Amino acid sequence: MMLDLTTKEIKKRSALRVNPLKTCQPVGAMYAALGVHRCMPHSHGSQGCCSFHRMYLTRHFKEPAIASSSSFTEGASVFGGGSNIKTSVKNIFDIYNPDIIAVHTTCLSETIGDDLNSYIHDMVIPTGKIVVHASTPSYVGSHITGYGNMVSGFIKYLAKKSGVSNGKLAILPGFVNPGDMREMKMILSLMDADFIMLPDTSGVLDAPMTGAYEMYPSGGTKISDIVSIGDCKLTLAIGELAMENAGNELKRKCGVMYKTLPLPIGIEATDAFIMAISESTQSNVAHELEEQRGQLVDIMLDSHPYFSNKSVAIYGDPDSVLGLSTLCLELGMIPKYMLTGTTGEAFNTKAQELLAKFGIEDCVAKSSSDLFELHQLIKTNSVDLMIGGTHGKFIARAEDIPLVRAGFPIIDRYVHSYMPLIGYKGAMRLIELMLNALMDRQDRDCEDEDMEMVM
Amino acid sequence: MTGINSNILADRKKSIVYKSGCKGDGITCDTESVTGSVSQRACVFCGARVVLNPITDAFHIVHGPIGCASYTWDIRGSLSSGDELYRNSFSTDLSETDIVFGGEKKLAAAIDEVMKHYSPNVIFVYATCIVGVIGDDINAVCKTAEQKHNIRVIPVLSPGFAGHKSMGYKAACNAIMSLVSPYKSEQKVDGINILGDFNLAGEMWIIQNYLKQIGVNVVSRITGDASFDNIIKAPTANLNIVQCAGSMTYLAKRMEEEMDIPFIKVSFFGIEDTTDSIMRIAYALGNDACIRKAKEFTKQQSSKLKTFLDKYKPNLEGKKAAIFVGGGFKAISLIRQFKELKIETVVVGTQTGKKEDYEIIKSLVNENTIVLDDTNPSELEQFMLAMSADILVGGVKERPLAYKLGIAFCDHNHERKQPLLGYEGVINFTKEINLTINSPVWRYT
Repeated sequence: MMLDLTTKEIKKRSALRVNPLKTCQPVGAMYAALGVHRCMPHSHGSQGCCSFHRMYLTRHFKEPAIASSSSFTEGASVFGGGSNIKTSVKNIFDIYNPDIIAVHTTCLSETIGDDLNSYIHDMVIPTGKIVVHASTPSYVGSHITGYGNMVSGFIKYLAKKSGVSNGKLAILPGFVNPGDMREMKMILSLMDADFIMLPDTSGVLDAPMTGAYEMYPSGGTKISDIVSIGDCKLTLAIGELAMENAGNELKRKCGVMYKTLPLPIGIEATDAFIMAISESTQSNVAHELEEQRGQLVDIMLDSHPYFSNKSVAIYGDPDSVLGLSTLCLELGMIPKYMLTGTTGEAFNTKAQELLAKFGIEDCVAKSSSDLFELHQLIKTNSVDLMIGGTHGKFIARAEDIPLVRAGFPIIDRYVHSYMPLIGYKGAMRLIELMLNALMDRQDRDCEDEDMEMVM
Repeated sequence: MTGINSNILADRKKSIVYKSGCKGDGITCDTESVTGSVSQRACVFCGARVVLNPITDAFHIVHGPIGCASYTWDIRGSLSSGDELYRNSFSTDLSETDIVFGGEKKLAAAIDEVMKHYSPNVIFVYATCIVGVIGDDINAVCKTAEQKHNIRVIPVLSPGFAGHKSMGYKAACNAIMSLVSPYKSEQKVDGINILGDFNLAGEMWIIQNYLKQIGVNVVSRITGDASFDNIIKAPTANLNIVQCAGSMTYLAKRMEEEMDIPFIKVSFFGIEDTTDSIMRIAYALGNDACIRKAKEFTKQQSSKLKTFLDKYKPNLEGKKAAIFVGGGFKAISLIRQFKELKIETVVVGTQTGKKEDYEIIKSLVNENTIVLDDTNPSELEQFMLAMSADILVGGVKERPLAYKLGIAFCDHNHERKQPLLGYEGVINFTKEINLTINSPVWRYT
């Protein structure tokens, strides 16, 4: 067993990270940049970074993830990466012909002090082409931080305030799948809301098979839209922990007020998302959404006996863990462990607020954690269900706990990135996944004399 | 062919040759990637990590920010018959303060934390990109830790920028030499070491079984299904066989020079290469009984496969293959294997092939076959479409590219789940190629 070394007793660690629950900023930046139309994400560092990030995204999305690298050598790490980035930009426009290059830094280029602002300022950029950048040192934050920083980078470089409002909503979705972004857009269009979404990886990392390889598929936020995002009437930063900074950047640069919302996972958070749209558009909630909500409530009523007081361990990215925990609480479950690898006290505070709201005690919510710690907690006090990414499967197997895959990364399953977790539809899907996991287990494990057609 | 050449970087043109046009200096390979290109290549750290990771009972601590550990956690897909420790991911997860004040203390503390609760025989410490830049002396930290804890703590100097994957292989080989050197022995036993197989899908066990069939003992497995106790016996072997020449020839050479162990390169991919390798091992050992057994065994196995292949050939004959793999040796074996199936290789490339590999490749392929070094998706796309490839053999990053083009795919890299090695591998490979090429799903593309 891989996890034989896990001890029940929790030993304090200050230096050793075991089985991480996060990865580094640049992969988040790369994911955000892929959500801009005809954009080439560019990794300013060693070529391994770029290769790892592309592999990581490909393993999750099962799609090609395009990105280029400055391919640092020993020379660059001594003399700086200025000439690398200049040559890179020239080569990328010459051969791959994107409309925009989104550079993100790495631990190496940050540590040697490369000043991307001045490199980009001084370089020759072909007419009509754009280069932007975000600072994403791997030793600060996590992939979630990097995602937010890249979105801020696009805003910083491109968003403009013309003085004339475009009457649109700026939608800044947190680190979610293309399937979730599609669902957000579906809800927005059902509400007749005019909006600009940044980034938008739908149509890029879930692009259909056409028989041709499109380096730049049809999806992604258009550059002209990023420019005019500065004229929006209100920003909805969806994912309180990941997207507040980007919302703030748009406010700082163009004066667009912003409202942060939790990821719309579960009924209340979806209500909040729809109400925020409704307030802004001054329109009533679309009949179809009301119908979906009614269906969701119906499903929750039908299934609640199976969820009641079931304990669940939820691990992954901060906003996703909070969202999934909310849904579990709404169903009467106990989110015994809520763990994220990303650092930040805000997660702990939000989690405690959530637990207090539902009057639940004795749950552990921790940022800066890892899967080794989760395993130790589970060994001390087990749970009925686990929800999170692929890397928890070893714990699920070792402790014989059903696992519902939700979040990032999921590298050992298919289809997940096409399907939403957000919105009423996403909640229905999650309930089905969770119920199937619990009830399949019951069908498999119960004593012969207890086996029935309907359990 | 000029049409498809138009949007290829000028610097890249020397890394692409058509067999019919390969006069002059030949292919440009074994160099740095062109800055700004969408290279499929990984880095020094990745090379070191994939070679050492299969050592099952070692602590592999990645010293650096978290990413490097996250991306290579259980990346190798190698199996273990014993310990599973290697499947965990350990890192010092360096943060901003560590970058400012140095990470040495944190590394030393991480090693102490391991030793407080566990008692491994060996810890590998991987130095990533910034470790040298922030001035950490990991050699010193490891040395101190060795003395303090009385175990082996081996630094693996693998900053990503110091070259490409091949440099990492070398760093890993140096770490292995550091591990086994104290056990140098004049006294040799009657047995061999297997170098450069990583036990993906249990392939190391297949090689071991073949050797058992012909009466050859295996001393050490490097590094597939390796353990500390097993690997330190390596210096007593009387022959090294090298399966993945790209990663392990350097180690074999050092062991030859420093431990007096001769080596031969082998390849167990495809019937031809498998038989040839078994026979060469037998001849190298010069033992008559062994040679006789090897002849019998290989003859028996090949003839068994003939019936099998005859059944599948009609499904596959005339199809066209594209190959894009890591090292040259695998590309060479695959071309031969496709020949056995009457499939023509129309595009072939490697990430880290050497000049001599490309010479052999050129001698095996047809006039029009395109040979690429360190290619990128857009080149692969152009050439696969231009040459009407039916299947691509590659790694995880190439799979979705092939599928987008409506081209079948076979993973011959870390994510293969069936052994593709040896005679069993021929069966699995043929079935896999057949199932993907002839799946009904292509009707809808």
